[in-house]
Amino acid sequence: MSEERGIDVEGLVRDFKGGVRAVDGIDLHVASGEIYGFLGPNGAGKSTAVKMLTTLLPPTAGRATVAGYDVVKEGAKVRASIGVALQDVALDPMLTGREHMRLQGGLQGIPRAERGRRGDELLERVGLTEAADRKSKTYSGGMKRRLDLALALLHNPRILFLDEPTTGLDVQSRTALWDEVERLARDEGTTVFLTTQYLEEADVLADRVGIIDRGRIVAEGTPAQLKAQVAKPTVELVPRDAGQCAVAARALEPFGEPVGARVSGSIAVRLDSGADQLADIVRALDHAKVAVANLALHEPTLDDVFLAKTGRSLEGAADAPPEPEPEPEPAGARAAA
Amino acid sequence: MPAQVGLLAGRAIKRILRNPAQMIFPILFPLILLAVNASGLDAATSLPGFPSDSYLDFALAIPFMQGALFAALNGGQDLARDIEGGFLDRLAMTPMSGAALLAGQLGGALFMGLISAVLYLVVGLAFGVGIATGFAGALVLLLLSLAISTAFACFGTFVALRAGTGEAVQGFFPLFFVLLFLSSAFFPRDLIEQDWFRAIATYNPVSYMVEGIRSLVIAGWDGQALAQAFVIAGLAIVGFLALSARALRTRLVRT
Repeated sequence: MSEERGIDVEGLVRDFKGGVRAVDGIDLHVASGEIYGFLGPNGAGKSTAVKMLTTLLPPTAGRATVAGYDVVKEGAKVRASIGVALQDVALDPMLTGREHMRLQGGLQGIPRAERGRRGDELLERVGLTEAADRKSKTYSGGMKRRLDLALALLHNPRILFLDEPTTGLDVQSRTALWDEVERLARDEGTTVFLTTQYLEEADVLADRVGIIDRGRIVAEGTPAQLKAQVAKPTVELVPRDAGQCAVAARALEPFGEPVGARVSGSIAVRLDSGADQLADIVRALDHAKVAVANLALHEPTLDDVFLAKTGRSLEGAADAPPEPEPEPEPAGARAAA
Repeated sequence: MPAQVGLLAGRAIKRILRNPAQMIFPILFPLILLAVNASGLDAATSLPGFPSDSYLDFALAIPFMQGALFAALNGGQDLARDIEGGFLDRLAMTPMSGAALLAGQLGGALFMGLISAVLYLVVGLAFGVGIATGFAGALVLLLLSLAISTAFACFGTFVALRAGTGEAVQGFFPLFFVLLFLSSAFFPRDLIEQDWFRAIATYNPVSYMVEGIRSLVIAGWDGQALAQAFVIAGLAIVGFLALSARALRTRLVRT
């Protein structure tokens, strides 16, 4: 088995019944040991892409290699090389944490003696030693996520896929999981493909970020590179009287290009000359007799990148319908193993 | 592969043992129904041509069928929960073989079937049922009961894999209770007076499973009845196992 730890994707497409195209020709490359953040709102195509890369869903078109193996033709080798924690934590509520580790280890073909040692080691690493003999139905959301991560790591995968691993977690659990992911990449050279809808998560964790919207990658680079693309700050204004939006927009016109606002009933403008214009803006609004309820200056964030590339805010786009669930297909339609 | 089957069957059995509601009701309900029938329908034994002096002896076959049905229902629902909750995807990410999953799944249903069959036999003996074929017959009865449990479990597995929801599995099972009521489970076929009922009971494969078990209890060794019961159970196992394997290939959409 190769030691390749990268991911290469070319023109990957996935259509669902009814003509829904969840993933629309994505290209990406993830280098060995890199943490790649796949950022996008609900329904953008992130989970569908992960399911294709983890061999759980055959692509409609395009090709992808994971750890050097073709996801369609060499599914078993891909699966042996990767660890996966999907969006919905899938545990058996009646099994304990330790029993989960033994079952998974056994199915992975890990020898019995090593299975126990490795399982206990991972349970300790994710802080579940004390809860190891409790049924998973008694676990909190954070504990379930941590057990899920430990299960994904059991067979020492070279590449780890984490599909929205911190959704629904409290800040403490989220930070603990981030630390572990960083440690895996830093100390063990594990490549991490992480999907998230949280800007902060992509910003803090990812070496590089791919922004996906409506099945297409709309921007890709390091968080710093992406922010540099929209380097200018944005000023966002909420008039006290919503009827004054048009007047306020006219007053702000000379200062820069209007962009989509984060909050409804507000106006946002990307400033041509940076934050120095703020005093002039206040004077212009005063001159136009616009009473201001709130005025904020935003430094560029990944959301601004998303806004600039799609015309929508990531938070607002999160209201999009969820990705379609894969329908079972006739066995003959699947790619051969 | 045997190790995988052991792991998955062990998990299925643990799930049953740790969920008392899943064990107690499916085992007790057929016994309660047997008690009600045995006391309420005992007068039927005075009908000319009724094959037994005791309705309890005659009806002992029914709980074996119902126990097998409940075991299959629970097994099917457990599998559907695995599909709905994504646990099947977790298993699909391991080198687990599809055959191991099916065998492990059936292992749980067989465990339930065995526990309930032994209990029904013991309760029957405790209440004075005499097994006409003796100890060897009791062993064949357990074997036939396991074959029937496996047949029903294969059906439950198929529905769970095909539909992927616990509701679908549950929705199918009343059909089997209707088939049980429209069989020779409660009256011998030749004593059913309604022509349509007798015709349905004659073409209903459940009748022959019941009659196979019943023959061991009340009639002595009846090669034809046993052969019919084993063949029908065997055909159902082969047929539904093949359908389950096909449904699993579709469900486990891994490349």
